[in-house]
Amino acid sequence: MATAYDKVQLARGKNRATGLSFIENIFTDFIELHGDRRFADDPAIVGGVAKLGGRTVTVIAVEKGGDTKDKVRRNFGSPNPEGYRKALRLMRQAEKFHRPIVCFVDTAGAFCGIGAEERGQGQAIAENLYEMMALKTPILSVLVGEGGSGGALALAVADRVWMLENAVYSVVTPEGCASILWKDAKRAKDAAECLRLTAADMEAFGVVERVISEAGRNDKQDLFERVAEMLAIELDRLCDIETETLLKRRYDRFRAF
Amino acid sequence: MNLMGLFKSPQNELEKGGKQPTAQEETHEVTAVCPKCGTQTPVSELWENRNVCRCGHHFRLTARERITFFADEDSFTELWPELTSHDVLGFPGYEQKLKSARLSTREKEAVVCGTCSVEGQRCATFVMDPHFMMASMGTVVGEKITRLFEFATEQRLPVVAFTAAGGARMQEGILSLMQMAKTSGAVRRHSDAGLLYIAVLTDPTTGGVTASFAMEGDILMAEPGAMIGFAGARVIEQTIRKRLPEGFQRAEFLLEHGFLDLITPRHDQRDVIAQLLAMHDSKQQGVCVDSGVKGGERFGDGV
Repeated sequence: MATAYDKVQLARGKNRATGLSFIENIFTDFIELHGDRRFADDPAIVGGVAKLGGRTVTVIAVEKGGDTKDKVRRNFGSPNPEGYRKALRLMRQAEKFHRPIVCFVDTAGAFCGIGAEERGQGQAIAENLYEMMALKTPILSVLVGEGGSGGALALAVADRVWMLENAVYSVVTPEGCASILWKDAKRAKDAAECLRLTAADMEAFGVVERVISEAGRNDKQDLFERVAEMLAIELDRLCDIETETLLKRRYDRFRAF
Repeated sequence: MNLMGLFKSPQNELEKGGKQPTAQEETHEVTAVCPKCGTQTPVSELWENRNVCRCGHHFRLTARERITFFADEDSFTELWPELTSHDVLGFPGYEQKLKSARLSTREKEAVVCGTCSVEGQRCATFVMDPHFMMASMGTVVGEKITRLFEFATEQRLPVVAFTAAGGARMQEGILSLMQMAKTSGAVRRHSDAGLLYIAVLTDPTTGGVTASFAMEGDILMAEPGAMIGFAGARVIEQTIRKRLPEGFQRAEFLLEHGFLDLITPRHDQRDVIAQLLAMHDSKQQGVCVDSGVKGGERFGDGV
């Protein structure tokens, strides 16, 4: 039986499918759209428009990067405020054109740095939560790797939240938790247990609606195909719900915690 | 067991001129040492000055002390005082921490909610107390704040908030994170109803509270020198392996970067809040005819 910390390591695994690879393998006709129109383009968040079957969808993913150079360019998937502002810009665009939004979340957390604070990391995340709560189009988020705190939630205030079997979702990294509470980052393993951050925990809390099996996790193609099929069915359902009902249910979904 | 709390004054005395946590007991006069200038000031004198040192340093306040300073006398009615946290995850040491926080603060939780009036104008208010587990946000803090916004929306009241937080309450795991979405939803509904929300950010306001309702006010006010940010200074220093510049994440830094409307010393807060409440009273003269556009609906509007 895998421990919670085993799951954390699987979620951070080197050969794990990254956010962008889900977009590229599940959707067709992907056109990447860049920039937050305020400051910069954050390569840690990739977004744009794509097709799923006959439907146009706004797709957004946190991307940790492939080789070392790419990882550095993408800041190892820790977005800056401009990343969240780009995501929000694309979400408002989706709302305008009445198309659903699909987010793939995989981040250790929002970046902690001087520039990030100067440009309002907290305000950027707050604005996403505030806007996503009332965005008049369906939102579906899939946690595919690390779900790191507010930096993950800023892309996961959604009508449906799904999670891969070996993804984790937590208010703080196990290392951070152990170092703050016990002044000992080496106790991350204990912290991982205490935090209850596995997909099974999330399903039990009602934080996610569906856990996607990774039984054949070496077969990424199989995973992409299954997720594509699930998304097609669920987006059909979500797009059939009247906006007022959708927003009421979204509010109630988070109100329950 | 933490015995410190047992030696504190009872709450009513705290309300009327309480001891500071930094207070040093002497035979006759209790003094507090200013962490900024090092001056020792008798707490009675400090209280006369609303717990602001002569050098301008604003000492942290308990929730009740703040209410005393800000609300009209005897106008405060508390809401949901009974709500208190439980150790839902079975997190080691949490129950004990809750117990000692309750003992030392004589509060059930890190936020006090209610209604009050300011210069005769009614509002809903919540005040976070950094003395209670550094006002970290768990499910009860999130629930009380959400209820307050829902109540204010129903009663068509403005909300005046005094925020403080060390961040999320880790001992409640993911349920603590969900409070950020929950509270944001309630703030949004309050805003969509065209109602005013003034947030006063006090020392320290950080983490998940900054990244949710603290930054979602129509008007963001801060106390001078308050530490306000997303990530803690130590975490940033460890990430970038550099010392942080002087004044980083202080209220003045945020104002300079465009993330605050104003910095208001404690002495002036009540007057400024009263004036803002009056200027947003829907019964005042000269309000434009309703255009049919709800507050917060316009593109690019909001937080």
